[in-house]
Amino acid sequence: MQVRTLFFAAYRDALGTGALDVDLPEGATVGELVTRLRSRGAPFDRLPEAPAVAVNRAVVRGEALLAQGDEIAFLPPVAGG
Amino acid sequence: MSSPASDQGASGYRIAIVQATIDPAAVLALVGNPGDGAVLLFLGTVRDHADGRPVGGLRYEVYQDMAEKELSAIAAEAGRRLGTDRVAVVHRVGDLSVGEVSVAIAVSSPHREEAYRASRFIIEEIKKRLPVWKHEQYDDGDAVWVQGRTLEPTEGAR
Repeated sequence: MQVRTLFFAAYRDALGTGALDVDLPEGATVGELVTRLRSRGAPFDRLPEAPAVAVNRAVVRGEALLAQGDEIAFLPPVAGG
Repeated sequence: MSSPASDQGASGYRIAIVQATIDPAAVLALVGNPGDGAVLLFLGTVRDHADGRPVGGLRYEVYQDMAEKELSAIAAEAGRRLGTDRVAVVHRVGDLSVGEVSVAIAVSSPHREEAYRASRFIIEEIKKRLPVWKHEQYDDGDAVWVQGRTLEPTEGAR
């Protein structure tokens, strides 16, 4: 399956990209996606091991299951207001 | 409100995330009715310093779709829990100068207690939950992403 990943603010700057399509095996979790990205090496190893992640615009835990076409956003600590 | 991102919520609240300058009077005009004896406006503005360093300006980045959803949820929660649905919240993103308004929260209610509580609730929840990031630019030419608060998983999310 394929998912769409988004990177914001400091993460986008670190990776040099704001969006990336990623192929994953069926049944992959958020945690497995993070591990797979980080294992690509630089610059992806600059992502934290357990970043805040939103799937389809809701923040989820690392064990959340992913599905074809999900929008997965990597969210650095926020500072609005 | 001038922004196309303006949204009429089911319970009467209004929210928007905009690039343009916020007009506080326009936000204030979105709340209030003849039964309300209290109308409250909170403005967050860009400070000229951070941790002792002079700040020249800043840029807010946003995850627009999620931020609109969260801001709607915050406004709806304020209405449900705090006794008024006359709530309007506008957050600005993009480049801002010192002194400019980054967020405006207008609330009206029959008595002042509910308005103060709702306004305080909304700004605190924005700081905890809104996917917005602040890139601070200092007078010495340096610029950094402000270390903010880690988002917590949403109850009931996947």
